Amino acid sequence: MDLANTSLRQLASALHERRISSRELTQAYLERIGRLDGQLGAFITVDPDKTLSQADAADARIARGEAGPLTGIPIAHKDIFCTEGWLTTCGSRMLSNFVSPYDAHVIEKFAAAGALILGKTNMDEFAMGSSNETSHFGPVKNPWNLAKVPGGSSGGSAAAVAARLAPAATATDTGGSIRQPAALCGVSGIKPTYGLVSRYGMIAYASSLDQGGVIAPSAEDLGLVLNTMVGFDTRDSTSIDRPAEDYTAALGQPLKGLRIGLPREYFSGGVSPDVARAIDAALEVYDRLGAERVEVSLPHSQLSVPVYYVLAPAEASSNLSRYDGVRYGHRAAQYGDLNDMYERTRAEGFGAEVKRRILTGTYVLSRGYYDAYYLQAQRVRRLIVNDFREAFARCDVIMGPASPTVAFGFGEKTSDPVQMYLSDIFTISVNLAGLPGLSIPAGFGASGLPVGLQLIGNYFSEGRLLQAAHGYQQATDWHRQVPDMARA
Amino acid sequence: MDWEVVIGLETHAQLATHSKIFSGASTAFGAAPNAQACAVDLALPGVLPVLNRAAVDCAIRFGLSTGATIASRSIFARKNYFYPDLPKGYQISQYEIPVVSGGAMVIEVEGRVRHVRLTRAHLEEDAGKSLHEDFHGLSGIDLNRAGTPLLEIVSEPDLRSAAEAVAYARALHRLVTWIGICDGNMQEGSFRCDANVSVRPRGQEELGTRCEIKNLNSFRFLEKAIEYEIRRQIELIEAGGAVVQETRLYDPDRDETRSMRSKEDAQDYRYFPDPDLLPLSIEAVWIDRVRAELPELPDAMQQRFTDDFGLSMYDAGVLTASRDMARYFLDLLPCAENDAKLCANWVSGELAAALHRESLEIQDSRVSPQQLGGLLKRIQDGTISGKMAKELFDALWQEGGEADALIEARGLKQISDVSSLERIVEALMAEHPAQVAEYRAGKEKVFGFFVGRAMKASGGRANPEQLNAVLKQRLKAE
Repeated sequence: MDLANTSLRQLASALHERRISSRELTQAYLERIGRLDGQLGAFITVDPDKTLSQADAADARIARGEAGPLTGIPIAHKDIFCTEGWLTTCGSRMLSNFVSPYDAHVIEKFAAAGALILGKTNMDEFAMGSSNETSHFGPVKNPWNLAKVPGGSSGGSAAAVAARLAPAATATDTGGSIRQPAALCGVSGIKPTYGLVSRYGMIAYASSLDQGGVIAPSAEDLGLVLNTMVGFDTRDSTSIDRPAEDYTAALGQPLKGLRIGLPREYFSGGVSPDVARAIDAALEVYDRLGAERVEVSLPHSQLSVPVYYVLAPAEASSNLSRYDGVRYGHRAAQYGDLNDMYERTRAEGFGAEVKRRILTGTYVLSRGYYDAYYLQAQRVRRLIVNDFREAFARCDVIMGPASPTVAFGFGEKTSDPVQMYLSDIFTISVNLAGLPGLSIPAGFGASGLPVGLQLIGNYFSEGRLLQAAHGYQQATDWHRQVPDMARA
Repeated sequence: MDWEVVIGLETHAQLATHSKIFSGASTAFGAAPNAQACAVDLALPGVLPVLNRAAVDCAIRFGLSTGATIASRSIFARKNYFYPDLPKGYQISQYEIPVVSGGAMVIEVEGRVRHVRLTRAHLEEDAGKSLHEDFHGLSGIDLNRAGTPLLEIVSEPDLRSAAEAVAYARALHRLVTWIGICDGNMQEGSFRCDANVSVRPRGQEELGTRCEIKNLNSFRFLEKAIEYEIRRQIELIEAGGAVVQETRLYDPDRDETRSMRSKEDAQDYRYFPDPDLLPLSIEAVWIDRVRAELPELPDAMQQRFTDDFGLSMYDAGVLTASRDMARYFLDLLPCAENDAKLCANWVSGELAAALHRESLEIQDSRVSPQQLGGLLKRIQDGTISGKMAKELFDALWQEGGEADALIEARGLKQISDVSSLERIVEALMAEHPAQVAEYRAGKEKVFGFFVGRAMKASGGRANPEQLNAVLKQRLKAE
């Protein structure tokens, strides 16, 4: 089977029709990982024995006629999801020895569906980064050009899917961590409405922004995986209880009359010319499909980066306090008193970007600064939410670039954090508003690197977003392009 | 200088829920270390808190019982600090908007009734325990208590003496146990107080600098710690010094408070709303449901006992010291012809003494209300004397059984028939003619001699009133 050119849906059919066994399929992916991942660094942990025993169980289930749509499909999981019996590192030295004693809700759901854990993917440390350069386990390389970053923080998941080392991968998105790497790696990625995917067992970075999602080659594949991943969970108080939805139901319906909102602010400079050209071309495809263009405005979107870099570090500074070396994870080998143990453990266990955000977050929550930073940022956050509400009164889907540039080189932005932070300028406001967002491949820019088109929907409009993305993918074949290394 | 003392208390009442405030782990006391700490309590990566509704029920019960306002929307906040027994590195508490605001407690000290205003009561989780003994050069951490629900009840600085502070703490203790939100076990730390103490020259409006004394887990320590602290502050100021705002610890062995940390060392807890928990929304139906389940409150019952039964405020207070005490009394009444005064005397007298001797709570009494009622009935109908009744009570306590059967078996029945008593009296008079003559000559003191002798002769069973009457009549007769 040509894994480089087979969609998740086709794999599922092949399994159901017993044209291939889950074991054979899994072995094929494990073989690809073994052969190609040395160049990419997309996986932190691969455990063929565990995965193959799950494959055998899936094959038995298929034989019993009890298979669901994902039974027997190997799925890679971002190493932010706790997986019982597996190393779960969150890309950090702090958790480099942490074997989770429990499964995240998402992992439970995939297990119940009969999907297998193909491995744990690399990521920026604690999901803090836009280039996958902050991982304790080394950077992930972009399969389209090994000298370029894959984006972050879900760089491992995006690179693994781009190189077809996995048919789909889970990921998380706090400020763009699904959409930006999906864009930079030429794959599709969706961040659902905040609250649709349980955060239980998903290691927290910024709780009010974190949301689990999927990266896969196509919108159709995203819908298939989302059908299993979404679901109410009593263990997450922010989880939303609503009736199950088939996210593939609207796929194939015509896009005629779809009102596409184009925010003035997303098309007024700040985007590299090659990305701008690709986005324009993508919008022309939508024109041909019968969609209408509506100009909208998101006047406060410029403030989303500063707001995010107050709120996310504030929550992170508190969320990461539990890593103190007392109960699990890294602990300094040598220390004096208790405070010394804390200081050395955290100095050794966390990388520079994590420390920067903990310090920033601690500062903005401090007495005397809280009102000026944290509260002010919360106020602006509400303005950003209102911007979207007004925009969605006039359109069905908002479109624009997922990232202002194509993939950049290693080290290019690490010396200037603000430049790095600006690579998420188009994605961050979506998290601040809790809206669903999606990125799909929309051609190539400079030096043959992929460009991502971002689609933003109103709350719970995942089905429509996927329908819009799928319509585009029926009319184009950017999502079927694979990097040279993946064809090998 | 005449000093006025100003005290406010912060009380932590551990809520009597089966599971923890944000996890499903048990709150039972005394399990092996860390046996009752689940993934959430251990703060494993990725876990999340889920609020226990039963803890909110408790807070609402308390608010309704003190005339407070229940917030329709309150917020959980994170209080950030590092300590090994605080697994998340923050405590989930309520900061800006607590679930309960306002309300008051009524106390009575030396006959003066005072209203103590409550500032607020908020829900929060307890930390675990650091164990410094038993580990050579190391500390152990027990997280069984981590996540146990607490209601922190904050009073206004309305208390003016250590005695008032203790009366307030006792009233609060009675209330929280009465409404069933706290087991009140102070040894196990289920009910503990922090006292904010300051002094100011009488007449001055501005408050003096206060010190906070932490973790007082008995009423006696509370009283002694405050008394010490008042003395310390007054002596300090009178010697020309100034009180420094700080947190102090009370050392019961040395009966003194010691500085723990000063205001300058006070940590910045960086409170902010917990993004893992939605605002707590309490609708009117929820409050109504809790109100419907609320028992008659102790203050109201105490008042009713004085109004309906003619008991003194003190007696009524004793009988409403706990809900079980009140229940016992109310069960006893119909078994004893509703003689409230007699019942009150026996419950607060013989029964209380017996319970105290064996360190039993009233619900574990070895004499039931029915048994005691059977005994009181025989006092009422004159079958036994008060003195015999006490003997009989001891017998009931030791051996159990029914009062009537014991009276029969032990021959405790009072001699009330006049002819029997007359026989005894006549025999005595015949034996002691000199004393008879003295009495008749006007020496009435001799009457006691005859009573004593007659009692002895009857084996203590003579009905005292009847005996008196017979003696008077016979001795007078020429």
